[in-house]
Amino acid sequence: MPSYVDPSKCDGCKGGDKTACMYICPNDLMVLNKEAMLAYNQEPDACWECYSCVKICPQGAIFVRGYDDFVPMGGQVHPMRSADSIMWTVKFRNGNMKRFKFPVRTTAEGAANAYPGEKGANLDDECLLLESDLPTPK
Amino acid sequence: MALPNKPNGEIDAVVDPEIVEHDVDVLIVGGGMAACGTAFEIKKWASDDLKITLVDKASMERSGAVAQGLSAINTYIGENPIENYVKMVRNDLMGVVREDLIYDCGRHVDESVKLFEEWGLPIWKKDADGENLDGAKPAPTLREGGTPVRTGKWQIMINGESYKCIVAEPAKAALGEENCLERIFIVKMLLDKNKANQIAGAVGFSTRENKVHVFRCKTALVACGGAVNIFRPRSTGEGKGRAWYPVWNAGSTYTMCGQVGATMTMMENRFTPARFKDGYGPVGAWFLLFKAKVQNGLGEFYANSDAVKDELEKFMPYGASAVTPTCLRNHLMINELKAGRGPIYMATDVALNAFLDERKEAGMDEKSLKKFWKHLESEAWEDFLDMSVGQAGLWAGANVEPEKVGSEIMPTEPYMLGSHSGCCGIWTSGPDEDWVPTVDGTRAHQYKWGYNRMTTVDGLFTAGDGVGASGHKFSSGAHAEGRIVAKQMVKFCRDNADFKPELKQTAQELADEVYAPVRLYNEHVGASTSSNVNPNFCKPAGIMMRLMKATDEYGGGVATYYMTSGKLLGICMDLLQLLREDAEKMAAGDLHELLRAWENYHRIWCVEMHIRHIQFREESRYPGFYYRSDFPTVDDENWKCFVNSTFNPETQEWLCEKVECINIVETDPWI
Repeated sequence: MPSYVDPSKCDGCKGGDKTACMYICPNDLMVLNKEAMLAYNQEPDACWECYSCVKICPQGAIFVRGYDDFVPMGGQVHPMRSADSIMWTVKFRNGNMKRFKFPVRTTAEGAANAYPGEKGANLDDECLLLESDLPTPK
Repeated sequence: MALPNKPNGEIDAVVDPEIVEHDVDVLIVGGGMAACGTAFEIKKWASDDLKITLVDKASMERSGAVAQGLSAINTYIGENPIENYVKMVRNDLMGVVREDLIYDCGRHVDESVKLFEEWGLPIWKKDADGENLDGAKPAPTLREGGTPVRTGKWQIMINGESYKCIVAEPAKAALGEENCLERIFIVKMLLDKNKANQIAGAVGFSTRENKVHVFRCKTALVACGGAVNIFRPRSTGEGKGRAWYPVWNAGSTYTMCGQVGATMTMMENRFTPARFKDGYGPVGAWFLLFKAKVQNGLGEFYANSDAVKDELEKFMPYGASAVTPTCLRNHLMINELKAGRGPIYMATDVALNAFLDERKEAGMDEKSLKKFWKHLESEAWEDFLDMSVGQAGLWAGANVEPEKVGSEIMPTEPYMLGSHSGCCGIWTSGPDEDWVPTVDGTRAHQYKWGYNRMTTVDGLFTAGDGVGASGHKFSSGAHAEGRIVAKQMVKFCRDNADFKPELKQTAQELADEVYAPVRLYNEHVGASTSSNVNPNFCKPAGIMMRLMKATDEYGGGVATYYMTSGKLLGICMDLLQLLREDAEKMAAGDLHELLRAWENYHRIWCVEMHIRHIQFREESRYPGFYYRSDFPTVDDENWKCFVNSTFNPETQEWLCEKVECINIVETDPWI
């Protein structure tokens, strides 16, 4: 289900050094055309439809159109992701709609404890950080 | 209109890239769950002067198999004995597994899950009345003794849309942002010039600027996932991107380690998941959480029939378990399809309505029933929206509401991986502890040689999909394995403090090799008016289709219902040989195409190992994943053993051998 970019919404991230969709796409698909200042999906048949670009786009300019080799036209699945939840709108071909909201994170962005400065005890046993008394098979 | 004899992408490649050299102690290749585990853990053991660098071909926030999110964590031991986890994995993978590695994963994995929750991953809980709470509702954490929502014995439900973002954040923070290099694709691992069988570095290139990066290191982790788009997928147009496993996993882990002489194990194993047709949405929650059943085209719930029981009798002891091994479940499904009793449907509507009926019978009032149904519907859709949005998109386009109508399921094209329900990968040392068997012989026969998860090459480690013969780690187990490796790499650096890595080739020679497809492109692009059709070179896109056609038709793909034979495998190997030669003629006009060229080079090598192993193992160990018509049964008497293979980088020769499979956990009772 390849992503596509709405040219009326995309601003090429204003030509900053980090175009959001290009930064995030795990498969190196989203690229910025600097002359048009617009992004596009350069290899639609390699798109996993992971929605990473859709979720990150600050302009809400990226959508997904179903794979043309098996998805009938007219449906659409689109998310709005915030720091703690995601709202999905599922529009069916026949016009029916469903909306779902799910939590995505219980801590503030940047708050995950990396345990800086903590050190393990003994480099020669198998215990990892926070572990002690590892069992062995009975 | 301009003639199309120009590069396809936005970032043109130049013939003379800049060369950047790096000297580090520890190199982490990959950025997925395993590599994030290593990045988080390693500073807890390393002294501050140890130089550690992580290199990811994408962005850690959304890279690897968990990029899209997940709706469940499939390995959480919790209240279960770890021995039972070993037994489950052993049975699901038809008896041939490394029990030491599985047990070891089992004793570390829960700590990773508890860390995920602490970092912000919402984990569903049971409330006092036994009802499901989503992960944002107030409830005791796992560390505090909270009760997760179990689906099967080992799986717990999560609200996992941001799973990877949450795991990547502390990984990056622990290592330091400046030590995480993104958008650099490592394409070759490099051996030391002076010390035999010792890793000394790696080479790769940036997909954003014309730079080749050469690394020298004392030790390295290679954890870049499994292999996808290696067999012709069922959808070959736009839909070939909708692979079940992440489409960017190109077999790089196996190829890069195999090429420097790391012994491979169980490369004949593959995973052919049965998933919702075309969208490849997950079925686990439907089977386990919603208790859904599958029907054949005649409307029969065939899984409980007498014929099926008789069929499973042929595969003892594996067929006797309460949860039938994944490959045998496929085998039963394929039997229905081959007999013309398709299509296979998952009765999603029946399953959800059964829950509603249960409440009705218990006397629930109309209003509460409505609320309950809404919650159930939401749980069902979240399963897809968290991890396989495309399935939801297919249903939206086709006007399918799974709560109202069932959906077809279908076994997919084969994948290679070591962390899900598959176990191909690299032969590694287990923990250096007494309970791990001591075996004589070369490392290819041993179970431990000093550093846990080190491959047979000194200083070269792997984790996650990379570690063979120990499947069912899933996301959490891969992270735990990455943490295990972190400590071992620090130990390796301490024990080899005097080692000074030196590469066999100069940086320029390496850059020339990496950029060969760019040079070829520029040399010959003028020979035709279209850059994609040229008599002197081929393009990565075509090479990938050629590979997938060869494997599908001769290597037991969907074209033959996964059936192959010695004869067909021989033809497949001949085609791969030609493909390898022609892969030298892959051309790249831009950096994206250079990425694809090297990915396909990795794919070809990886598939060759797969076919070589299937050729060597003269039985059908995994009915439902693949069959050999010349050796159609499971032959425990002759083949209940590992198949290990080693490529000799000096002589370019392969050695395939049988290796003893030793049980550590009791075999009676088997389950």
